[in-house]
Amino acid sequence: MRLVLATAAFLALAACGQKETAPPPGDDSYQETLMTQLIDAKPGDVIEIPEGRFAFDRSLSLTVDGVTIRGAGMDKSVLTFANQIAGAEGLLVTASDFTIEDVAIEDTKGDALKISEGENIVIRRVRTEWTTGPKTENGAYGIYPVQVENLLMEDSVAIGASDAGLYIGQSKNVVIRNNRAEYNVAGIEIENTFDADVYGNVATNNTGGILVFNMPNLSQPGARTRVFNNEIYENNTKNFGHKGTPVASIPAGSGVVVNSNDQVEIFSNNIRDNKTANVIVASVFSSDIGDGDMAADFDPYPEKIFVYDNAFEGGGDNPDGLELQALKLAIAGPMGRIPDVLWDGYVDPDGSGPQDVLCVQNGEARVLNVDGPNDNKSPRIAETRDHDCTFEKLPEVELNEPLASL
Amino acid sequence: MKAVRTFMQRYNFASPAIMLAIFAGLLLSACSEQQTAPTFHAQDNPTRLSDWGMLETSTDELVISEGVTPYDLATPLFSDYALKLRTVWTPAGAPVLYNSDSVFEFPVGTVITKTFYYPTTGDEWTGDVSISRERSINNNAMALDHLRLIETRVLVHRETGWEALPYIWNDEQTDAVLKRTGDVIPMTLHRDDGRTEQFGYLVPNVNQCAGCHATDATARTIEPIGPKARHLNKPSSFAPAFNQLDHWLAKGLLTGEIAQPAPRNAEWTDESEPVEVRARAYLDANCSHCHNPVGPADTSGLNLEPDATGPALGICKTPIAAGIGTGDRIFDIVPGDPDASITIFRMETDNPGAMMPELGRAVTHEEGVALVSEWIARMDGDCSQKG
Repeated sequence: MRLVLATAAFLALAACGQKETAPPPGDDSYQETLMTQLIDAKPGDVIEIPEGRFAFDRSLSLTVDGVTIRGAGMDKSVLTFANQIAGAEGLLVTASDFTIEDVAIEDTKGDALKISEGENIVIRRVRTEWTTGPKTENGAYGIYPVQVENLLMEDSVAIGASDAGLYIGQSKNVVIRNNRAEYNVAGIEIENTFDADVYGNVATNNTGGILVFNMPNLSQPGARTRVFNNEIYENNTKNFGHKGTPVASIPAGSGVVVNSNDQVEIFSNNIRDNKTANVIVASVFSSDIGDGDMAADFDPYPEKIFVYDNAFEGGGDNPDGLELQALKLAIAGPMGRIPDVLWDGYVDPDGSGPQDVLCVQNGEARVLNVDGPNDNKSPRIAETRDHDCTFEKLPEVELNEPLASL
Repeated sequence: MKAVRTFMQRYNFASPAIMLAIFAGLLLSACSEQQTAPTFHAQDNPTRLSDWGMLETSTDELVISEGVTPYDLATPLFSDYALKLRTVWTPAGAPVLYNSDSVFEFPVGTVITKTFYYPTTGDEWTGDVSISRERSINNNAMALDHLRLIETRVLVHRETGWEALPYIWNDEQTDAVLKRTGDVIPMTLHRDDGRTEQFGYLVPNVNQCAGCHATDATARTIEPIGPKARHLNKPSSFAPAFNQLDHWLAKGLLTGEIAQPAPRNAEWTDESEPVEVRARAYLDANCSHCHNPVGPADTSGLNLEPDATGPALGICKTPIAAGIGTGDRIFDIVPGDPDASITIFRMETDNPGAMMPELGRAVTHEEGVALVSEWIARMDGDCSQKG
């Protein structure tokens, strides 16, 4: 499986953009105005961005709590960074009680919108996009809240990120709903985060649709994510991520991917036509990200992953990479498909078994155990009884004040 | 007098007469008539740099005002090869309190300035700059022929905390004007071997100043970065025969007990020091204000402070959110293999979406890259057995 997943990274080299037209220019006289407003902002201020297309040559930042940035619509107020020469993101926010809505950020050199270490964050109807199609040269993250607490992200759009379109990292108490992610390497990624509800989203044409990951060597692990009522289909775009990034090992055609995270529920989604597998459950050992030193307290094993009541359709019929292709041929024949759930087979040697890792209550859906711990020597469709189990369901994530009523 | 005693005890000078002469000199200079009075502006931000009274320019000369102390750092932050003149001033009777491990405690009213300037290649200012060692300052004055002043950043400690203010020098180099939104100044760098490259020199805006100076990303308060014991503990460039910390003590600028030996970073160019020591000093000065356990880059799990080890230091560490910054490499540092190390890629590239540091650099510091590469090349071990 390691080999299998790593193959995707090499395919990335062959990836190329679908659109090559240069983004249109914008009005650069607004840069000074907005920069000044961001510098002078006081708590309670609303910074209105008018309708128009505005060009910036360096990054913007906001450091004051309690500010709202409001545009005229995510297709009407557009901040373009196509000619950016300095700064690692479009807009960097290091503040709490922050709301941003109805605005687009396009073609940044690095991340589009990064929000670091804030509480009570609302991101609504924000579009981040690399307008020349999925390309390795695109910036890494679209909307990127990290180390935030009490976050609502809704009705937003992310297109073309060379890492994750909507990325929530090292955060707590998170609701991600009714967003759209397409043509990113990872559509929506929840990483090292506690208590996230991810629902009502559309993830399509990414390399991987929705990812729930735990990475080693960070200050907090993650657990308790619910992925439900999403449309996750045709995430078959070739992996165009940068080798060395965690997402570079995601095979094209992955619907939902869980990696080393615990207590993840995947239910009531429409998951279809993801050519490698509709759901992948794996440990850090199956990806490049496990090749380094890991902190001693890092738990590499996914546990309590609960897949139920999803509508699966198609998928698994044309997996990414020669090894998975061969595997598909071996277990399902040329016209067959990989079962809906692909599992790398790693279990914690300290006593746990398959039923501690993965329970599946999803009609006819089967689990393919690729036997990662034995170098994929005996891949097999798991016995139904191995995963015929349930875990206690997680409670709904409730946003705290002042977002509780949203 | 405590500072003086500490100094005397520390050095145990054979000749008290020399000591007396030194202190007499200091006293005389302290008492001479002041032409420009350093001024702490407690609330308002003056439009002109000269209103702070820390520096003044006369005919072709930049002069440090009386009572204002120039200083430098053993290993400074690289900023597109700009030369830097650093000064510190505190109100009378309010010295700086020594701190062994973190930034010194500066009293309210402290004004720190950092002036960025370049040697020019011609008589007229064309944006063409060259690389050179810092021009020596004689008697607190610096001749400006063939030098171009670009910007002066003022860090002022007010009751409400530190604030950072960027001033950009006018064409005549007679004064600098507050530009809170920063700027990009087109320049052409002439390297020693004749290569040239055009770049946009970034004057950070006020919020971007906080991006580096809020070294604790949770507290988010702005602090100075450079004036730590380990950066200042070096022979003084401005008071010959003095250690810089002792110079500050002797002036009464610094107070507090200094445990011996005081922390000390190497000068990154000092080839008599081991490569590892120089490289770690370089990474500390250039990276650790963000890459520390509570800094803005703590999201990465990478810690480049002097005491970091193992994966936290980047050895066989996989990236978290490097994106385009991986350079298609797997580990931050691969022992023995700088060309496979993300750290080197991020130092080499000038793509704003991939380079490190994220701000304040548009060209590659080739000498810094060479130093860190050599350190990695000499490192034992490999990453192949991990995982």
